Amino acid sequence: MNFLTLWANDSATMLRRNLRHIRRYPSLTLLLVGTPVVILLLFVYVFGGTLGAGLGGVSGGRAAYVDYVAPGIILLTVAGAVQGTAITVAMDTADGIIARFRSMAISRASVLTGHVLSSMIQCMLSVAIVVVVALLVGFRPTTGPAEWVGAIGIIAMVAWALTWLTVALGLVTKSVEAASNLPQPLILLPFFGSGFVPTDSMPTGLRWFAEYQPFTPIVETLRGLLLGTAIGDSALLSVAWCAAITLIGFVWARALYDRDLVR
Amino acid sequence: MPNSPSHAAITATGLRKSFGDHSVLDGIDFHVPEGTIFSLLGPNGAGKTTVVRILSTLLRPDGGEARVGGHDVAREPDAVRAAIGVTGQFSAVDDLLTGEENMILMADLHHLGRREGRRRAADLLARFDLVEAAKQRPATYSGGMRRRLDLAMGLVGNPRIVFLDEPTTGLDPRSRRTMWRIVRDLVAGGVTIFLTTQYLEEADQLADRVALLDRGRLVAEGTPGELKRRVPGGHVRLAFADADALETAVRTLDGAARDDDALTLRVPTDGSVGSLKAVLDRLDDRSLAVDGLSLHTPDLDDVFLALTGRPDSGKVELR
Repeated sequence: MNFLTLWANDSATMLRRNLRHIRRYPSLTLLLVGTPVVILLLFVYVFGGTLGAGLGGVSGGRAAYVDYVAPGIILLTVAGAVQGTAITVAMDTADGIIARFRSMAISRASVLTGHVLSSMIQCMLSVAIVVVVALLVGFRPTTGPAEWVGAIGIIAMVAWALTWLTVALGLVTKSVEAASNLPQPLILLPFFGSGFVPTDSMPTGLRWFAEYQPFTPIVETLRGLLLGTAIGDSALLSVAWCAAITLIGFVWARALYDRDLVR
Repeated sequence: MPNSPSHAAITATGLRKSFGDHSVLDGIDFHVPEGTIFSLLGPNGAGKTTVVRILSTLLRPDGGEARVGGHDVAREPDAVRAAIGVTGQFSAVDDLLTGEENMILMADLHHLGRREGRRRAADLLARFDLVEAAKQRPATYSGGMRRRLDLAMGLVGNPRIVFLDEPTTGLDPRSRRTMWRIVRDLVAGGVTIFLTTQYLEEADQLADRVALLDRGRLVAEGTPGELKRRVPGGHVRLAFADADALETAVRTLDGAARDDDALTLRVPTDGSVGSLKAVLDRLDDRSLAVDGLSLHTPDLDDVFLALTGRPDSGKVELR
């Protein structure tokens, strides 16, 4: 069997295993989807009226805020869902099953590929659920199918990048508890950007951080694709950020996975 | 002992490994002929698991060479991995899958195909008495069942060489005996077993050859019988009712060591019925009443103590 067939076969086996885990451990998925849904409802119904009025523009109010916050919530969902990756990877390490896989003549990349693919599926399903809830509470995207495809592409790209990063985080931690804590800052990043309020309403230091951190161009791109706002160079910045995060996560994860192992 | 490498399932030459300043393996040499059980015996922290991790390609040695199934672990790790099955000290099973799903996962990773994979999984589950538990998750298993599942998973690929890293640590005596039976069956089928244990009885019961690992060095190697011959022979321990009887017995039996507090006497013997009868006959001639008698044959515990020179090897448990 050549390298690619072996990789594809073993990755498919690992993916089946990981998808079974998702089904057997539904509370984790529930938590990963539940958190952004609760935050969405909180921001729309509790803060939405006031925050919407502060947005300016013609309509204002709660309805305008739903549209404004939805892209931020979508990214929050992605950032939250990838925490599940760190947890499942850390569980595999703690169980010793990764050691078992490493002592077998299987495609070495397949273990991580399986985790990344199942995490992508879990992430995209979580986003779909959150989008449905957002539509139910009044989110009204204004653009056409081509833009939707673009938006899904951006979401998948972010999920891909963050998944590789959290695979590495799952491997670097010594316990499952630590693995669930380490990616927490990812969840906060959309708040310290243009996810929930425009950055020009922030004090200088925070505004500087907000404008240069990766989530801001990503949110702006998503918002532009779904609501027709100006995108500018945000799309290019998003792609660059995601490429960089993917590369770091991938190289780091591979190095951690191969550590000590006889080549 | 055949020394030709072609008949060796495992050879290690000058194996070294340190973690930081701490030297774990300090030049280990051994060789395991095909179809035999080799036991690496030693207390916790002696370096046993490090040896297994190096031989199963999970850890790079700092120095020396190891060949498993005719392949160099450092240069051809995948060929080594294809030849081995590994069962660790801590059962590496997937707790979210059922026992059967765990087995089929292994079958899929060995590319056995759907039908052959299922057949092999069912075979092993039956052999290891796990049929009833097959549809349940390992979380509901006893320690012995988990260990059996773990070993069964390692056998799905039909390995010629099996590493068992402390396979019975923490198991009750019954599960331990079941595990021993399984190990004997494997060897009867031509499999080579590399077994680490801290139980002297386990090595004595199972192994064709035993190596004693102490602080990263092999302090002795040989058959259990050979090792036993390297320590002073066994003895008969006689207990008496009073000091007078003990006194008379001491005068009657040559070379006996007395213990006045316990009113006992240790008489050296080779453990044969003849020598035992001679001792009893002499006591009988004097009409001496013996309160109690116990026969002590040298076991690997004596060997370990004699060779490491540490009577207080408290970490080695005698079972």
